[in-house]
Amino acid sequence: MLRTACVHLRSPLFSRTLIAITLSWLGIFVLTPHLLVMMTSVLTPDTTNFAVWPLTFEAYTRLWEPLYATVFLDSLYLSVTATLFCLLLGYPFAYLLSRLGPVWRNVLLFLMIVPFWTNSLIRTYALKLLMGNRGLFNDLLMGLGLIDSPIQMLYSGFAVTFGLVYILFPFMVLPLISSFDNLDKTLLEAARDLGASAAQRFWRIIVPLTMPGIIAGCLIVFLPAMGMFYVADLLGGARNLLLGNLIKNQFLVMRDWPFGSALSVTLILMMFLMLAVYARANRRIQRKGGLDDANFA
Amino acid sequence: MRISRSLPPLYIGLIFTLLYLPITLLVINSFNISKYGYVWQGFTWKWYDKLWHNTALKDAFLHSLSIAFTAATLATLLGLLMALALYRYRFPFKRTASALLFILMLSPDIVLAITFLIVFMALGLQLGFWSLLISHITFCLPFVVITVYAQLKGLDRNLLEAAQDLGAGERSLVRLIILPVLRPALGASWLLSFTLSLDDVIISSFVTGPGYEILPIRVFSMVKVGVSPEVNVIATLLLAISLVSAMLIALLLHRKKDEKT
Repeated sequence: MLRTACVHLRSPLFSRTLIAITLSWLGIFVLTPHLLVMMTSVLTPDTTNFAVWPLTFEAYTRLWEPLYATVFLDSLYLSVTATLFCLLLGYPFAYLLSRLGPVWRNVLLFLMIVPFWTNSLIRTYALKLLMGNRGLFNDLLMGLGLIDSPIQMLYSGFAVTFGLVYILFPFMVLPLISSFDNLDKTLLEAARDLGASAAQRFWRIIVPLTMPGIIAGCLIVFLPAMGMFYVADLLGGARNLLLGNLIKNQFLVMRDWPFGSALSVTLILMMFLMLAVYARANRRIQRKGGLDDANFA
Repeated sequence: MRISRSLPPLYIGLIFTLLYLPITLLVINSFNISKYGYVWQGFTWKWYDKLWHNTALKDAFLHSLSIAFTAATLATLLGLLMALALYRYRFPFKRTASALLFILMLSPDIVLAITFLIVFMALGLQLGFWSLLISHITFCLPFVVITVYAQLKGLDRNLLEAAQDLGAGERSLVRLIILPVLRPALGASWLLSFTLSLDDVIISSFVTGPGYEILPIRVFSMVKVGVSPEVNVIATLLLAISLVSAMLIALLLHRKKDEKT
């Protein structure tokens, strides 16, 4: 009875149904699965039952083997590069969009997500055609007389980074735009009146105040980038693997679920680390940003 | 001065060119006689005809559209219920529920993919339509909840209290006041969910089954080895569908505005 005591009194059936649906769906399809992954990561691999007792930390010790450590570092490097390019391209873009009138801003934002309706795998395939030896990029460069013979773009770290930036760019722009929308324009006017130069206004006001957007954008670009196995599969060579390729391989080919789970747990830990950084940046400007879970409750 | 004024539109134009260039190329090549599409060799419908006879690919395309449609509809409904519960009621584990939604929103797809795979295996669920539908609904949920919740927060609480004082029950409160206010948020949520579902590759690759193949899995096996003009056709059709729906939505919103004035 204690449980229902704090529930709204009128029409308890309606409210109790809503609460039951919410808790059970999230419990069954979010909480339990995450717990199961953590549990699987400390079990022993088994080809028929995927994971069996006894408990072992072997999967975690294997993470340090040079073979996997290399993939991990390469993947980290590709994702960090892609995230930085997204930020460099997306920051001015978001700034310009936020300064447009609401109609244009919304139209352009909408146009930005329309390509998403063409599945991202198909868009990656389109990039493959563009970057091929006889593709448009090489044609253009040769037509401009910049190069004499086609350069090998595909199957390289460059191609994978390009693909990641292309697929993830909008995810960087969206949080940045909401950050720019929250930016108090009067602060900039005040700074200008007090004689701050454009560079000073940028580095000391705009950047610190949009920091939550920057970190949120990096968070939702960097971590997914590590998992985009199909980008590496289509555009990368044998040496440009992402963590996602490794995880997919463990689950769907090698059938080593504990090791695959341990790799994912590493990703989850990285997520919490970045969240902590985000929370700190948010506290520093003392405002709740768009990605705070306080927005749900 | 003139340079600095024309720079912003130039930059925005450049970004959009880069965003649309790859898809435009696919659209053009879907009508190109040349299979490899490096040069224009003339107009043809033959790839459309080929897609029409490629039953496996056509089915995968239709499956993807039906999953996206169903998942978007159910995720919007379920997300609405969750947002209402979080907004209206206090209940045990409420903090946990919002934290779970938050984790769901931020977890990389690859992590969600294996959590879904493991739980479906543990539940003994056959991989196929249902596993795809459940996982697509689930990964769309946080985006629906956050959109709907934001609009609920803007709602005047006095309005609800007044209605309650006048004897409105919880259900009529939701039906007569909350739902009409939420219509734009629900529309946006549906659209976003539809987009997320159609765009997904990673989660679908893990939870798909032999009985119900959807687009990314089929396409993956086709483009991994070489060039497939039918994929260009699919891209063109998807783009056409999205542009038509975009115009429909714009028209609907426009008419709404006209009615009001």
